Amino acid sequence: MIKKEMIAMLLAGGQGSRLGVLTAKVAKPAVAFGGKYRIIDFPLSNCINSGVDTVGVLTQYQPLRLNAHIGIGIPWDLDRNIGGVTVLPPYEKSENTDWYTGTANAIYQNLEYMESFNPDYVLILSGDHIYKMDYEVMLDYHKANNADVTIAAMPVPIEEASRFGVVVTDDENRITEFQEKPEHPKSNLASMGIYIFNWEVLRDSLIKLKDQQNCDFGKHIIPYCFDMGKRIFSYEYTGYWKDVGTLGSYWEANMELIDIVPEFNLYEEFWKIYTKSDSLPPQYIADVSDIEKSIIGEGCQIYGKVINSVISPDVTIEEGAEIVDSIIMQGAVIKAGTKINKSIIAEKVVIGENCEIGFGEMAESKLSTKIYAFDLAVIGENSVIPDNVKIGTNVAISGVTELADYPNGELASGDYIVKAGEVQ
Amino acid sequence: MRAIGIILAGGNNYRMKELSLKRAIAAMPVAGSYRSIDFTLSNMTNSHIQKVAVLTQYNAWSLNEHLSSSKWWDFGRKQGGLYVFTPSITSDNGFWYRGTADAIHQNIGFLKSSHEPYVVIATGDAVYKLDYNKVLTQHIDKQADITIVCKELPEGEDATRFGVVSVDDDGRIIDFEEKPAEANSRLVSTGIYVIRRRLLIELIEKCAAQDRYDLVNDVILKYKKSKRIYSYIMKDYWRNISTVEDYFETNMDFLNKDIRNYFFKQYPDVYSRVNDLPPAKYNPSAKVKNSLISSGCIINGTIENSILFKKAYIGNNCVIKNSIILNDVYIGDNTHIENCIVESRDTINANSTFIGEDGEIKIVIEENARYNM
Repeated sequence: MIKKEMIAMLLAGGQGSRLGVLTAKVAKPAVAFGGKYRIIDFPLSNCINSGVDTVGVLTQYQPLRLNAHIGIGIPWDLDRNIGGVTVLPPYEKSENTDWYTGTANAIYQNLEYMESFNPDYVLILSGDHIYKMDYEVMLDYHKANNADVTIAAMPVPIEEASRFGVVVTDDENRITEFQEKPEHPKSNLASMGIYIFNWEVLRDSLIKLKDQQNCDFGKHIIPYCFDMGKRIFSYEYTGYWKDVGTLGSYWEANMELIDIVPEFNLYEEFWKIYTKSDSLPPQYIADVSDIEKSIIGEGCQIYGKVINSVISPDVTIEEGAEIVDSIIMQGAVIKAGTKINKSIIAEKVVIGENCEIGFGEMAESKLSTKIYAFDLAVIGENSVIPDNVKIGTNVAISGVTELADYPNGELASGDYIVKAGEVQ
Repeated sequence: MRAIGIILAGGNNYRMKELSLKRAIAAMPVAGSYRSIDFTLSNMTNSHIQKVAVLTQYNAWSLNEHLSSSKWWDFGRKQGGLYVFTPSITSDNGFWYRGTADAIHQNIGFLKSSHEPYVVIATGDAVYKLDYNKVLTQHIDKQADITIVCKELPEGEDATRFGVVSVDDDGRIIDFEEKPAEANSRLVSTGIYVIRRRLLIELIEKCAAQDRYDLVNDVILKYKKSKRIYSYIMKDYWRNISTVEDYFETNMDFLNKDIRNYFFKQYPDVYSRVNDLPPAKYNPSAKVKNSLISSGCIINGTIENSILFKKAYIGNNCVIKNSIILNDVYIGDNTHIENCIVESRDTINANSTFIGEDGEIKIVIEENARYNM
């Protein structure tokens, strides 16, 4: 009989709506990160590096890019005879058909998948955090405590704790209380959304709560286990962990990679991060270029100036262009003379000549003050920007834009252009 | 494609000097991210040749490592595949490959068990793009027995290092001289042949029966009158790596925009083994001009007119000019390197100077301990 001690279930179905136009066409776990990676590479690499070789990836929102990226799992060595990676979309059932309505509901709908590996433990992960973690150490901890559930938690500054789900523990790290985004947190240990469950405990809880609307781990399953008197422990993690859920934190996490010795180091031999790499040529840096404090992906052609930026593979930056404090994703083209400051330029964007992007005073967003609340210009994938336009900061652009879309050739700070149905 | 491929990658060349100590020429790193055999392998897969044998012998460690998976070139298919043949001792053979024809003869079973009617024979040391289907089409049109892909060398290049051919108006080869003392033509053989599989088996077996071992001298040259041997003229870029100067210049050619775009941007692509390396990192003191930089590099110093292979580390205040830094090299602070090829996995101590003088390319091999500088 097939037997896996621990399998992982990776929740990758969310939109990540607070990344705005970046996730208009692609699920958040598939958003590019750090020059050549996608966000989901981090949990997937953690799995294989931890010896977890069976991973179910639950997808729902815009899964095309994600599916193409994961494939049969070759880049992570997750193409296995038994186990490996399996993409688990919602599916039609004989009696009813449901979307995944919540994190736990998604796992519930895949009980059969988990059952087929006869696991002792199930690791629940989400596909939107940047970190390196050895889940095997967490499992050892789980076993040593004879726990039913172990929740990874990290200390955060107490004044920020009210943004998180907070766990309160006793001397033995057994959790005694939960607080979801509390006004007055009793502890500074924030849940990271990483759980190890004993299989029976998970299965029984999911079945018990199967009729719960929008069944969610944090809101329903964990409180249920707690009420049933299960042994729930907190596993304290103190390494680098970054939630890249907002445009601001996404930009910051990218920028942290270009420090001389970054806290999150991609250049270490130990604990490599794997990704689907295309076979691309080296990058060419021309004699008219100027590069400072940046990381640049393969296949790029750089003729302009690049300072404090993260440039993905296959990007062209023409002569006289200047990129400062920005993230440019795969396949983008920045034409001659264009100046870009504090911007996120998504995949395959083409920006015309002599534009100015990301300059000017901060202004409140007219599109969404919740999403666009940062000093950043954001341009969604496959967008086109015409020559000679001036674009302010805290703007959002998506689609093929023409000069006519820019009154007086300008887009003021806080403004937006979102064209429907234009993106191919 | 109705052909199988054979890549002769066993050779070594003393004119590669110290660079050949470590590897066969087919495994020489080229253009930042490739090894020279990648070009032929990519041409084969792009020409839809599905079954390819690589014959290796000399110092094949790097090459075998490179070819350890066939998936990079998409050869890992149920039909066909990538076969690496090193000499092996059998009940009726106890020799190394005594020559190119012998290498094929020792693996004649590969030819006999295939069903494709044609064979493309190529070398592993040339940098070029070629659709072998075009050669095959011409081969069939001319009703040739053997077609040799030829290249007209530019003025000033020494043709005597090659097999020099003379052709008639129809392209039929009327003379073929291997490494002549004096070349009377600029047209040279690239070492790429198309031949019918059954004919190749017949010629190779005849050759072996006479205890002869060389493909050019004992098979091609011998039949230059009696068989219909045609030339296929290749117009595009082709260079083979057989001397240190060739190697250096072939790499530096990739700093030329047209050549770079021809190989990197024009379909079809050239494939290579993909490493899991992070993007290149430029620290605040980095200054890079007119250079190719590969993944995994970390740059603190000045780089001009150079090619950095994967995972090179360049320390503070270093100046690297007109040089090739092979993969996994660590260069300590304040080091000056000019007109050099730095061997892979080298560790260069801080404050070193290496300069190739008088147009000579200096090969730097420094095997210092890595982390106690």
